[in-house]
Amino acid sequence: MKSIVCIKRVPDTEARIRVARDGAGIDPAGVKYVMNPYDEFALEEAIRLKEAAGEGSVTVLSVGSGETSEILRTALAMGADEAVLLSSTESTDGLGIARALADEIRGREFDLVLCGKQAVDDDDMAVPSMLGELLGLPCVTVVVALAIDGRRAVAHREIEGGHEVVEFDLPAVVGAQKGLNEPRYPSLKGIMAAKKKPLEVKEVRLAEPKLRIASLEEPPGRAEGEIIGEGTEAVPELVRRLRERALI
Amino acid sequence: MGRVLVYAETRHGELRAVAREAVTAGRDLAEELGGGVDAFLLGPPGTADRVAELGQYGAERVFVAEDPAFEAYAADAALRMCEDLLGRDAYSAVVFPASAQGKDLAPRAAARLDRGLATEVVALGADGDGPIATRPMYAGKAMARVSFAELPALISVRPNVFRPRERPAAGAVERVVVASEPARQRVTGIETGDRVALDVTEANIVVSGGRGMKDPENWSMLEDLVDALGDDATLGASRAVVDAGWRPHAEQVGQTGKVVSPSLYFAIGISGAIQHLAGMRTAKTIVAINRDAEAPIFSVADFGVVGDLFEVVPALAAEIRRVSAEV
Repeated sequence: MKSIVCIKRVPDTEARIRVARDGAGIDPAGVKYVMNPYDEFALEEAIRLKEAAGEGSVTVLSVGSGETSEILRTALAMGADEAVLLSSTESTDGLGIARALADEIRGREFDLVLCGKQAVDDDDMAVPSMLGELLGLPCVTVVVALAIDGRRAVAHREIEGGHEVVEFDLPAVVGAQKGLNEPRYPSLKGIMAAKKKPLEVKEVRLAEPKLRIASLEEPPGRAEGEIIGEGTEAVPELVRRLRERALI
Repeated sequence: MGRVLVYAETRHGELRAVAREAVTAGRDLAEELGGGVDAFLLGPPGTADRVAELGQYGAERVFVAEDPAFEAYAADAALRMCEDLLGRDAYSAVVFPASAQGKDLAPRAAARLDRGLATEVVALGADGDGPIATRPMYAGKAMARVSFAELPALISVRPNVFRPRERPAAGAVERVVVASEPARQRVTGIETGDRVALDVTEANIVVSGGRGMKDPENWSMLEDLVDALGDDATLGASRAVVDAGWRPHAEQVGQTGKVVSPSLYFAIGISGAIQHLAGMRTAKTIVAINRDAEAPIFSVADFGVVGDLFEVVPALAAEIRRVSAEV
């Protein structure tokens, strides 16, 4: 089983986000960066598939600046075999990222491309579907269960109020949702081994963005709220307020 | 130019609420761009007889493709149909709901058409010929205004934000044949579990429980509150209780869960971590019930009750039932 896993370096979800003075991006000062949480599920699934098959490989790809090699090392420590950094400091949109990944993936042999279902910075949830389209492959997004039998695969895809059961053939693109598995932590042995695994850096040119960010602002704060009271005595007043707003 | 095409989502041949929302958003955008709005949808045979109501929300034409295979989401056919329709008329924008279907389909269209995509849009306007969209990033910790390098602009609109508004137009239903090609992925079934819960992104009222609930058994108390609030209400959960295995991930509200914008949000026994606040701060009214008066959740709540949730929540359900019975 040969898998390619696409990962992204993003601010930790516990990070407080401040918009930079130029209004074009966020201020990275004091922000801790991590592997996108959904990518951990994608990577874990690829490692498990390789382990279950007893053969194959896991290649991790990422588009980003030099600092992105940190999360690629983490992926190698978790159990990926090799990493490729598509290095660029240019900014683009989701489609530009998907094109850069697709250009690299086309030249490789693989059974499965796995991505996190969405990156928690841009929150586009676009790259997996775009990759499927650019590569002309089956693509299933928001996957919470995946079963592979030879060249046939069945995925459970999360939808409103339930799951879709989706059948497709390999090779394919899968977007991983939380719940697909329980990602492992890198072991000490894994961290040591990662130092000797290949991490290739390739300079790439990114496409001009088709979507332009005109401005970025912090959301308006909420108006000061009110403590209605303490305990059950506050309940009638709370219900009266909610009825006043025609909410119940 | 100026026309807007809208993907009107169906499941089992029935329009979903997000279809009406997307048509409403599309019509408002078309008005700003100086054009009209058309809708397209897929469903099993018989669907065309049930979708003229989209005219009530402003759709001038409703293009319908019918096939037994369109009982569930058919990504390849929907994409082909979208592409065909864009070849027939000049459209300035295509609007999708940011639902499970729309969030899968819109980026496929963006890649196929080589156009920019703005997802989870919460406000739409126009600047000259092109749309300007407002969309959250970092789960709402920042708001971006975005524009498109080329038209048509591809846009998905967040559920529960663009409330359906009636504005009758012709709503002329036109059957369309989608060239059949083997689907790359096929939906062979939909599993909804024992209880068909309203999705947390689509509910008008969300009752979320956190660590303060102490035990998964205690959720019957929240279910009772949901029941008292009626059919528009559903359950949500904090990351802590999902990670603990108390509640399914589908209910998780926050940055690694769902971002919700209901009319009314109850945060019960939830302290209010940054990643949770990011997921619910756009709710119109927030009620927090927590024992700790210093909990960060009170800083975003419109109404707070400090106290033992095991006493307050049953009293709240009873009071809601009492006043509802008075009407």
